[in-house]
Parts: sequence; structure tokens; C-alpha cells
Amino acid sequence: MAKLKIGDKAIPFALPGVDGEEHSLGDYADNEAVVVFFSCNHCPYVMAWEDRMVQVQADYADKNVQLIAISANDAQKYPADSFAKMKERAQAKGFNFPYLYDETQEVARYYGSERTPEFFVFDKKGVLRYHGAMDDNYDNPQAVTRQYLRDALDAVLAAQTPGVAETPPVGCTIKWK
Amino acid sequence: MNVTFLYFEDCPSYDVALERLRLVMAEEGIEADVEVIKVETEEQAHSLQFIGSPTIRVNGQDIDPPDAATPYRLTCRAYQLEDGRISPLPSAGMIRRRLQSQDR
Repeated sequence: MAKLKIGDKAIPFALPGVDGEEHSLGDYADNEAVVVFFSCNHCPYVMAWEDRMVQVQADYADKNVQLIAISANDAQKYPADSFAKMKERAQAKGFNFPYLYDETQEVARYYGSERTPEFFVFDKKGVLRYHGAMDDNYDNPQAVTRQYLRDALDAVLAAQTPGVAETPPVGCTIKWK
Repeated sequence: MNVTFLYFEDCPSYDVALERLRLVMAEEGIEADVEVIKVETEEQAHSLQFIGSPTIRVNGQDIDPPDAATPYRLTCRAYQLEDGRISPLPSAGMIRRRLQSQDR
């Protein structure tokens, strides 16, 4: 499980994005909610969920919610997860959120992330309010019965405690060096 | 008929895939035993020509034959479903088609 616990403050980071810019967590201090999620290119669980990630960002953009994807995988062993390939994936899938490269894997370690995808939802004060999976069905978007991420965002935006604060993240293990 | 199910424990859906395989076999009236192999090392992945979890073979043939250049490794496998979506699991249809093609 994550080193970050519910109620902890977000850990700052500054990482390069596929847009050529460096992104710091502090850049998003004015957002109502920030979703930091660990992701990658090659994992089929990410691929199964990524259209839904784009949709969540689209649906919550006008509510001042920001998703931020971070890939920390070892690109030597998994060339599909290289920074160059990340740029291609972001373009191909129309990512409407930053896709950042944690080459040293430090941010992933600090957050205690273990899987891709794995979501951390922070409120406007930078406090962790939800951690875990996006929803309860990676395989079939039409069969989702629990929208963990959306429900958590709705609660955070209403200054309420998410009904479900934590779920086991489902996905591939992060590929450590 | 020889049915083999290979998996890597770190990929979370292997139990669902195995259940799906057994269900399809039952629906097709196929009574063959399923050899379940847990792949634990990169060396084992190479020796078994394992490209990812889960892998299902019927009479030695992968139900979704990979490209020849696909590396052998301990990883989760991506299946392209009939509707174009990517899934960590093969569809029942994919399993069924391979079973039916071998059960002649």
C-alpha cells in the first residue's frame, strides 16, 4: 500500500512532461482537486482505462480539477515506456492532462505507488482524500458499478469526505530499476 | 486436447482468466484438464516462450498468436478485443474460437 495515507499532505514534485515543460505540483495549487496517478504506456490495465481517464478530465475540467499522469517505469527493460513513446501515446490518445516522466522513480517511491494505474486524489488543501482504483471494472466500461474516482472527486468538490476513501489499486506492478 | 494456462502472479486478473477459460470449456463440452503453470522468473519466461500473463495455449497454440518479435518476459499481456478495445484478459469469444478450431 501507499506510503501516503489518507489525510497526508501531497508530496511535492517537479518532473518533465511530454509537452516539453517541467510540471511542479505547486503549479496546481489553485485547483479545487488534483489527481496524481501513476501510469505508463505498456500496461494493459492502463490501456483499458485510459479513455476513461481522458473522459474524467474532460468532465471535471470546468470544476477546476486537474489530473496529472506520471510514468516511473524502467524504460530500459520496457522500451514501450520510454519518454519518446510517452509523447506518442499522449498525442495518439489525446491526453488532456500532463503526462510526466519520473525517470529516477523517486516520486513513485515517495508516494508509495505500486501499480499502474494508481490514483491519488488531493483536495484544495493538498490533503489525500482518496487512493486506489478508478472504478470497479477495467475490462468493460459498460459494466462499471462503482465509480470510485468520480465519487471521490464529487465528494471533495462538495467539501465532503469520500464514502470510499481507499481501494486496492488494480494493474501492473511498477517496473522498478 | 491439451490446454495450458500460464500466468505471472503479479498480474491481478489471472484467476478471472482461468475461470473464463474453464467456463468456456464447459460450455463447449470440452473435458480436457487444464495444465496451470505459474511463471516466476525471467529464465522460466524464456524457456516457456511466455510473452505475458495470462497466456492460454490449446494443443501448444496460443489463442492469440503474438508477433514473432514479442519478447519473453514477466509482464501483463494486452489483448485486443473484438470491438478494438484493449483488455488484460482474452475474451470468451477468443478462447472459444481457438477451442473450436482445435476440437475437430
